[in-house]
Amino acid sequence: MTQRSGAILEVDALERRFDVSAPWLNRLLEGRPRRTLRAVDGVDFTIQRGQTLALVGESGCGKSTIAKLVTGLHAPSGGAIRFHGDRDRMQMIFQDPFASLNPRWRVARIVAEPLRTLRPDTPEPEVTARVADLLRTVGLSPTDGTKFPHEFSGGQRQRISIARALAGEPEFLVCDEPTSALDVSVQAQVLNLMKRLQREMGLTYLFISHDLSVVRHMADVIAVMYLGRIVEIQPTADLFAAPLHPYTRLLLDTIPDLEAPDRNRIPMGGEVPSPVSPPPGCSFHPRCPLAFDRCRTERPERRADVHDRRVACFACETPADGAAADV
Amino acid sequence: MSDIVLDIRNLRVEFPTRKGVLTAVDDISLQIRRGEILGMVGESGAGKSMTGMAILGLLEPPGRIAAGSIHLSGDRIDGLDDRALQAIRGRRIGAVFQDPLTSLNPLFRVGDQLVETIRLHTGLSRSRARARAKDLMHEVGIPAVEERIDSYPHQFSGGMRQRIVIALALCAEPELIVADEPTTALDVSIQAQITALLRRLCRERGTAVLLVTHDMGVIAETADRVAVMYAGRLAELGPVDEIVRRPNHPYTSGLMGSIPSLRKDVDELQMIPGSMPRLDAIPPGCAFNPRCTHAGPRCRRETPRIDSPGAACWLALEGEVA
Ligand SMILES: Nc1ncnc2c1ncn2[C@@H]1O[C@H](COP(=O)(O)OP(=O)(O)OP(=O)(O)O)[C@@H](O)[C@H]1O
Ligand SMILES: Nc1ncnc2c1ncn2[C@@H]1O[C@H](COP(=O)(O)OP(=O)(O)O)[C@@H](O)[C@H]1O
Ligand code: SF4
Ligand code: SF4
Ligand SMILES: [Mg+2]
Ligand SMILES: [Mg+2]
Repeated sequence: MTQRSGAILEVDALERRFDVSAPWLNRLLEGRPRRTLRAVDGVDFTIQRGQTLALVGESGCGKSTIAKLVTGLHAPSGGAIRFHGDRDRMQMIFQDPFASLNPRWRVARIVAEPLRTLRPDTPEPEVTARVADLLRTVGLSPTDGTKFPHEFSGGQRQRISIARALAGEPEFLVCDEPTSALDVSVQAQVLNLMKRLQREMGLTYLFISHDLSVVRHMADVIAVMYLGRIVEIQPTADLFAAPLHPYTRLLLDTIPDLEAPDRNRIPMGGEVPSPVSPPPGCSFHPRCPLAFDRCRTERPERRADVHDRRVACFACETPADGAAADV
Repeated sequence: MSDIVLDIRNLRVEFPTRKGVLTAVDDISLQIRRGEILGMVGESGAGKSMTGMAILGLLEPPGRIAAGSIHLSGDRIDGLDDRALQAIRGRRIGAVFQDPLTSLNPLFRVGDQLVETIRLHTGLSRSRARARAKDLMHEVGIPAVEERIDSYPHQFSGGMRQRIVIALALCAEPELIVADEPTTALDVSIQAQITALLRRLCRERGTAVLLVTHDMGVIAETADRVAVMYAGRLAELGPVDEIVRRPNHPYTSGLMGSIPSLRKDVDELQMIPGSMPRLDAIPPGCAFNPRCTHAGPRCRRETPRIDSPGAACWLALEGEVA
């Protein structure tokens, strides 16, 4: 297998459409047309081995759909996903640690399952030892293996999910809102654990969250999504130092900041439009303070500026060469 | 007249179970003034919602107020019968919950729900109540009120529904609003719209607000004062700026340190070891002592308590834990 330029995952013009039409008979009787929802609408990004790329954005912008496309739970409607690794060593961690654990299995069996799938002829004592190791790795005790998932708190269950994912000897982990259901103090335990494991095992993460401070802490590169598209992608430090897209900037201005609370913060106006009938042109234009005529008819493509940061916005291009104006 | 709208003294909420009595809220005292937002934070299970439900008289039996008192503008409201409580809810106390759909009837148009609620509490005529409903919808920021007033709840987005719930809570111009995680289910951009709305209502109408949330950022930018809850008890109470910048209770500082920063780079987030105890296993003394790096013998023996601004911690109260 070739390992070009250290990229482990390359996603190119990825699309996923869902048919959300009314049932056939209603359409016929009420003369309603077929309706398509573009959940993921032409997305590209690359993840380097050993790094974390985060997808961030508001509810319904397509983050989980991308996770499911990458892990093969959904088939793409268009575009390509190139994974330069071992498919069997890609694992996923979900938001709700309870729903994703079989309630009737003891923890040891849950954790052992990916191992048994990966290497079916591993001798039983070796499986037991490995499970004990994994439980210790995630900060649980080997004796916890005899318990059932309901005997654990939310944070402990998420550790069990992580131990199970690690049992598959992953090189690439897709983590969809892994801490969104957890309290902040428990979130800190899980995030610290994930960072340590990445350091020690060289893991690569596709990390999904709607929380910008979590994403800032975890990611090397951040892709900001809006209505099925990536509007901006930048290395983390650059994104926070110099956000380019008007949506990113409004988002950063909107979120509460514990270190500099602003009680007169002006919230972003409007709402995310329906992905079934997105606004024409730039889909952010109804909420964008910089919108001008062109934005209402033409769709901005994501272009790299002189610093190789990429943003999809006409206001960030100089008319001549498409490089980002320093805004 | 004093401007204290809500006055809670030594409130205790219990759930009798077969295995014994669980104390979900233990000896809480706090006040909220006119036009003030008191934020209540803490991790899930800390007793925030039970405090709110006790105020609203909505504790599910066998849950009950086992001790203490609740006064609303001088009138004692705990221990009232269901009819009296129902009259107070809606008229003198408005409620906003996390899921707006629990407060809205899916079968009725939002305008009609507002009109009915307004008429119930004010006795206005139908047409005057409708005019008032439009004013309220406008006030909470519903665009194109004329077009939206006859829509059903499912035709609204989550943020719009929560605005309607706030409008419903405002119908009778209540003295107090209890808002339990009102923004938790909403997107960040919408969340900011709702907290800005709550702040404006407080300022303009003088409504007192108990804002229950687990989100420290929301508290920091919305509340005037904050009550930090831990294991059913008040851990710390005080002005929000002070508590955010210089928390005095080890639990509050642990909580603050565990939140990833938007400004600073840290390799490791601060961790509080362990987790909050379950109600049937609250340790004696300070409930936080098994997780506290400062814990001393006194912490395991005696329970620190506060009934005014400060931290319920021996170290903060007496400077030592011996
Ligand atoms: N199976 C499906 N059928 C129809 N529509 C779908 C399906 N799965 C997702 N969608 C739609 O696709 C869009 C993107 O959904 P997705 O779950 O990827 O959002 P998300 O960014 O993960 O949101 P959240 O933050 O709420 O988890 C949404 O409008 C959603 O309703
Ligand atoms: N019906 C009930 N029976 C027993 N315990 C309950 C009941 N309802 C709530 N509790 C407990 O009361 C405590 C406080 O709950 P709650 O106020 O809802 O917490 P939160 O701070 O998350 O809002 C929790 O430990 C919860 O499990
Ligand atoms: S393309 Fe136009 S509408 Fe879209 S973000 Fe840029 S300025 Fe705003
Ligand atoms: S009372 Fe003791 S155990 Fe409790 S928070 Fe203070 S120092 Fe820690
Ligand atoms: Mg999702
Ligand atoms: Mg609650």
